[in-house]
Order: sequence, then C-alpha cells, then structure tokens
Amino acid sequence: MTEPLLTVDDLVVEYPAQGFRAKPFRAVKGVSFDIRPGETVGLVGESGSGKTTIGRAILGLAPVSGGTVSFRGEDISHPSTARRRELTRNIQVVYQDPYSSLNPALTIGDSLTEPMIVRKTPKAEAARRVRELLDMVQLPADSATRMPREFSGGQRQRIAIARALALDPSLIICDEPVSALDLSTQARVLELFLEIQERTGVAYLFISHDLAVVRELSHRVAVLYHGELVEWGDGDTVTSTPEHPYTQRLLLASPVPDPLQQAQRRADRLRLKEIQAEQDVQAAL
Amino acid sequence: MSTATTPVDTAPSDTRAPRAHLLRRLMANPLGGPAIVFLLFVAVVAVIGPFVAPNDPSATSLQNIFAPPGDGLVLGGDSAGRDIFSRLLVATSFSIAGGLLVAAVASAIGVTAGLVAGYFGGWVDTMGSWFTALTMSLPSIIVLIAARSVIGPSMWLTMAIFGVFISPVYYRVVYNSVRAVRNELYVDAARTSGLSTPRIIGRHILLAVRAPVILLTSGIIAAGIGMQAGFDFLGLGDPTIPTWGQMLNEGFYNINRSGLLVLWPSLALGLTLIALTLLGTALRDELEGTGDERAKKLPAWTPSQESDPLLTHGEPVPDPLLEVDGLAVAYEGKTYWTTVVHDARLRVARGKTHGLVGESGSGKSQTAFGILGLLPMGGRVVDGSIRFDGQELVGLSYDDMNKLRGHRIAYVPQEPMSNLDPAFTVGSQLTDPLVIVQGLSRAEARERAISLLGLVGIPDPQRTFDSYPHQLSGGMAQRVLIAGAVASHPDLLIADEPTTALDVTVQAEVLDLLRDLQQELGMAILIVTHNFGVVADLCDHVSVMRKGVIVETGAAEDVFREPKHPYTQSLFDAIPSGAPRAPLPGVTSSGDLGTGSLS
Repeated sequence: MTEPLLTVDDLVVEYPAQGFRAKPFRAVKGVSFDIRPGETVGLVGESGSGKTTIGRAILGLAPVSGGTVSFRGEDISHPSTARRRELTRNIQVVYQDPYSSLNPALTIGDSLTEPMIVRKTPKAEAARRVRELLDMVQLPADSATRMPREFSGGQRQRIAIARALALDPSLIICDEPVSALDLSTQARVLELFLEIQERTGVAYLFISHDLAVVRELSHRVAVLYHGELVEWGDGDTVTSTPEHPYTQRLLLASPVPDPLQQAQRRADRLRLKEIQAEQDVQAAL
Repeated sequence: MSTATTPVDTAPSDTRAPRAHLLRRLMANPLGGPAIVFLLFVAVVAVIGPFVAPNDPSATSLQNIFAPPGDGLVLGGDSAGRDIFSRLLVATSFSIAGGLLVAAVASAIGVTAGLVAGYFGGWVDTMGSWFTALTMSLPSIIVLIAARSVIGPSMWLTMAIFGVFISPVYYRVVYNSVRAVRNELYVDAARTSGLSTPRIIGRHILLAVRAPVILLTSGIIAAGIGMQAGFDFLGLGDPTIPTWGQMLNEGFYNINRSGLLVLWPSLALGLTLIALTLLGTALRDELEGTGDERAKKLPAWTPSQESDPLLTHGEPVPDPLLEVDGLAVAYEGKTYWTTVVHDARLRVARGKTHGLVGESGSGKSQTAFGILGLLPMGGRVVDGSIRFDGQELVGLSYDDMNKLRGHRIAYVPQEPMSNLDPAFTVGSQLTDPLVIVQGLSRAEARERAISLLGLVGIPDPQRTFDSYPHQLSGGMAQRVLIAGAVASHPDLLIADEPTTALDVTVQAEVLDLLRDLQQELGMAILIVTHNFGVVADLCDHVSVMRKGVIVETGAAEDVFREPKHPYTQSLFDAIPSGAPRAPLPGVTSSGDLGTGSLS
C-alpha cells in the first residue's frame, strides 16, 4: 500500500463570528481522509457542507483551528510564509468560476507565467513551458498573446488547468471545476482531467455537488453533510450502494435523464423519505 | 459543439478596444477631445509662461495704473500698474502647480492608505475610516484659515494641507476597489501560485485601482485649483505669488473702475475647470463604457440565417394552450440586429408540462421572456406569432398584456433570493398583488396568502408569512415565489430554470411540488432548463434548442428514447455515463474508511 500524499486528520475550521463573545462558526467539524499519489478523491456535499472550506484549508486560505493537514508526512497546517510558498509548487488549485479566476487585464501568457516568475524561471524557458502547457490542455499556441475575454467558459477553464499544471504539482484541488460549464463542455473538460492524470500522475481532490460527475472521476469518495464526513470509501460503493441515509437521499435526489428510470427513482426516493421519516419518529420516541 | 472553438458571434463583436487606445478614444470623444486640447494649451502656458512673460509680473508702475491695452501691455495694467498679461501667464503656472500639489499629496496618502487598508484590513482599516469620518465632518476652508493663522500665508503649505484633507476621497475609492478584487479568484490563484503580497498588489490590485484613480485625479486637480482661487480671492493667500484667485480679488475690488480686470482670470479659471470636468466625464465614459451611444439608423430586421428543419416526434398537440410560430427575438445594436431566437415553433398542451432545454446562450430564456413580453432593454419580438388560448400576444399593448400576466400567465424566476425584496416581509409581498390585482381585502388576502404558503408545502405558513426573505433558505424562497405565481390559478406557468440555484435534494422537493401543483390546479407549465434530468422528471413534452433555433420537439419519452437531431444526440452523449472509476491499484477499497474517524 502506497504512502498517502496528503492526510487530513480530524480537521476543524472555525471562522470567528461577528459580535462580542459570539461563538465562532464551525464550518468543518473533525474531518479525516487521505489522498494517495495519482489518486482522485471526490468530495461531495451540498452548499454549506464545508467542502470548499476543506479545499481552502489545504491550500492555506482558510484557518485550521484543529486537527492536522499533512503533506508527505509533513504537518502543513500552520507553515511559515516561506514554506507555504514552496508548497504551492506541489499543491495547486482550479476554481469553479472560469470568469473570475483569470485577471481580465492580463494576457493568457502572463497569467500562465505567473507561477514561474516567482521561481525566477528564465524568460525563454517560461515561454517554452507556456507553449507546452497550452498544448497539454489542447488550446492553440497563439492563445498566449490573447486576453481572457476572447475565450469561452470551457476554454478559460482549460487555461486555469494549464496554470495549475505549470509547476508540475503532485496534487490539484479542483473546486467545482465543471459546474459552471455547459453539458457538452463539461464532458470534454472531464476527459481532459482524466487524460492529464494518466499522463502526469497528478492526484486530484475533486470537490463537487454532482454525484454523477464525482462517480465518473473518483477512485474514492467522501460525502460531507453539515461539516461532517458521513461516508467515505471506494467510489463505486459510496455512489451506488451508500449506507448513510443522507448519501442515500442525495443519490436518489439527482434526477436521471430518462423518463422511465426517473419515474422509478422518484418512487424509490419518496419511499425512502417515508421510511426515514418513520425511523426519525421512532428514534424520537 | 466543440470547446476548442472561439465563442461564436454571428454579429460583429461590440467589445471596446483595449486600454492601449485610451488616448485615441478620448481624443475622438466629443467632450474629451476639446478638453484635452485646451488643457494641453494651459499646460504649455503653465510651463513656459514665467519665461516668456514680457514684463515682471510684480513690477509696479504709476503710469500703467489701469492702462488700456496696447503700448507694450497686451491686456493693459491693473490697479498697481502691473502688466496683466504677464501676471496671467505667471498665475497660470502657480495655479496649476497648486492644483497638482493637492492631487499629488491627496493621492500619495489616499491611494497608499486605501491599498493597505483594503488589502490587509485590521487596524489600518479602522484608523482609515476614523480619519475619513473626521475630515469629512470638518469644513476644510475653516481648517485652512485656522492653519494660515499659524503657519502664515504660504500657498504651498496651504495646498498640501488641503491635499491631506481631500485624501479620503482617494482612500474611499481605492479601498472599495481593492475590497472588490481582493476576493476575486485570480488573486487567490496568485497566492496559491506562490506570489508574495507586494507582488500581488503590484500585479493584480494596482491594475484594478488604476482606472478609478485616473478618473478621480482630474476632479481633484479641479478642486485644488478652485480651492486655491477661493482662498486667494478671500485675500488669505500669499500676496507675493500671482494666482488666478488673487487677480480675481484685485479685479473685483476695482470692478467699477475697470470691468475688464475680472474677465481674464475668470476666463482662465472657468475654462480650465470646465475642461477638467469634461475630461473626467469623457474618461469615465471611455473607461467604464457609460456614455450615451447615439443610435445610428438601424436597418430593418431581416432573418439572418436559414432555419434548420424542426424534427418532430409524433403528431402535433391538438388545440394547444400556447402556440408559438416563427418567433424571432432580436436585440438592437448600433448598426445591426443580434438575433437570439430564430423561427421558434412551440406548442404547449393544456395541463401538461413542456420542457425547453438547451445550453447557455441557446435562446431558451429569451423565448420565455418573449412569450411573457418581458424582454430586457433593446430586445424585441421581431417576427412570428404567439397565441395564448387563441389570443395573439405579439403586438399586444403593455396594459392588455398585464391583464394576462399575473392572472392567466404566471412566472417563476431562476434566482429566488434576488426576486424577493429584502425590505419587506414575505407576507406583504404576497398580499400586495392579491389586493391590487385580484381586488381582495387585506384580511382576505392575508388568509389566502397563508393558505397558499401551506399549499406549497411550507411547514409553518404563519411564521414564513411574517419572515423577511433573508430568514429563508433558497428552497423556501423558491416555494414562496411559486406560491405567489399560482395565487391567481394561472393557466400557464412559465418557470425559468426554477431549480438551478438550488441543491439537488432541495431541487427534488421543488420538482415534486411543481408536479403536485400542476395536478391539483390543472395548469400547463413551460419549464426552461439545461438539465435533462429535470426534463425526465417533470416533462410530458420537450423541445431542444440550439443557437436560437428549436431543433427537435416531441413527447419526452420519444425524444429520450430516440433523439433524431445530431445535436440532441451529442447532448445525450455528454451526460456522465454513470460508470464508476476502477479503484486505484494498491488502495484497499470496499468499506475501507481509510484513516477516517467514522465509527
């Protein structure tokens, strides 16, 4: 069994509340999971479940108030500024919104070389790498001289992926990277994620609210509900025969694109709802 | 549909030229061009004025007192016999320098403090807002007069103090723009790229504040020049330095003896301030694209493309409630029409649900808005007919349309939160239309609203009735909007992506609700969505839309079983297959909770 690349152990993230002596808001309540090299771990949950916060905590953009995040065995929950900057070589991110993740005033080339200027990569070397990256995400080489507004949402997301790949990271946090895209664009971007993983062996933490997308991409899946991990394990098991009532509800709630199957699923969901309501009543007695 | 193609624009793109051409655009602007020419002239005078002045501006001569123009004195002499023309040249220099000093001091303090406070927050932020509040509450002319009594009549110091006092204007603008971009994802991305903070500020933040700062500066220079003129006009300035304000003062004292004295400084001051203001306006128009575009003659709309044949499954719906034929929706541009819906044909059966499905930009929402007669500014139904229960809606007056909207045709929007007014309770927003449109009494309306809230499955209708929108979840808010929409027992409910903003589990409940309501009230639903799952769940019929054209229509079962159009097929192919990924070799699976803390 390979050593984990990233281990999240009993992670707690709290945001200070507004107001005197107010209780801080606990967005993540003791979550543990791990990611192995070259693996995709799907993190599923609805809005407010804390899935994005976990990603931000790993990146050092959200405060870790308890537990640890370790990268290759090293605790990176509270690293020094210099160490955090070094870590960015290994841990990168692709955001949901392809429109605000690129500075509208910089050319694509400028955005892509951004991670490299910090490392003082020579100009010619950086230009070569930009061509390579654009090729890897299947965009024309002359894209480097163009501005973000000339690109569609799907293309911008490819550019964001290229930027994340610039430093050859071993882990990319993908925060809802396809949920702002149209169906056909989404399918192509997902393919690209898979292809890049096969080629470079990068690991993904794939954060999404869409169980179907996560299922297709993830080796293992973690399900979050109100800041807690309610189910965690092999992707197929979690997404087809879940044990936790919430995962069961989540699975049946997402409609399938087939009227007959969907009618069946709807009936299943309503039945499950009744059973769970009954169980709740019994538990309350 | 390929992601590797550039965004398709059938019409010429309207994006403005990039910043590099700002000066050229300004020169072409009817306000900016003359203002820049005049300001350049003033700048040249200010620079070379003191050197080319024919006489010493302070040299007095008894024989030149109120001398008429001519005889070596271009504009004549003033009350002390000084050369007005030379004084005007030198005064330009000092007045402009005063204005620039104000802008320099104000921007140095305001921009720096705004950047730091906006980016880091903390105590700089607190101090900044205190200082801003303090200076805003003090009338600066009083402070300047007080300062003068301490430091004496020094123009430079006075202007510098005024600069400090006006710096909150920069502070606030910079602070707000920094706040706006600080949370942009590209700033986060720069941080995860390992950029240091100064570098992020220099690279991303300064770019964002550049435009508003340039914009402000022309106004601040004008304010500085104006303040200095006022100060000198009151006689509080440095008497050894000739400025426009001083010349005004002097001209005013002697307005009855020589009316022309006041004219020259007034002209210089007035024109400069007007030019600066116009430049500011032109800058704003060009930087932010807010100027009025004069509509050029727009040619009549013509169909811009050959329409695809509409592929239909089965027989058309007999006696439809809504019948749309050849519908075209277009937006007026400056010189051309942008057609967003083209030759759309749609039949919605009575009491059935019809799904209008397509990707973003396919024109599905535009079709819905066209039917409702609620197209955004510039949009128009340019062709075709919309018949609702036999009545033609195209060309109907606003009032006549209003007799249908909210009575027989209702609407549920995509974003529940932005469609409820945060200032009023849910109850008052639900009862108002009942009172106004349906003529119920307040008490009746209240009773009806509460029963409607119960109807849409809200557990405690009375409490929701008294709540404000921010106290509701997204799903609750959408239920409230649905309650409002069905209040009049409409025949047709048009729902534009009613579940897109909601979580999957909430979406399922809202879809259940729509289905139940439809059966209970017997209304037809036209639901606009991009989600084939939603269509499969709810719809009897479906129409698929692409690039403004409806390409395929029919019973939902038929379309899903046997899509005919290649586009529909490609959409179905793009749906995640549902095949799980094989576990990674070497990782134990199946029930393994890893290092998870689940017990």
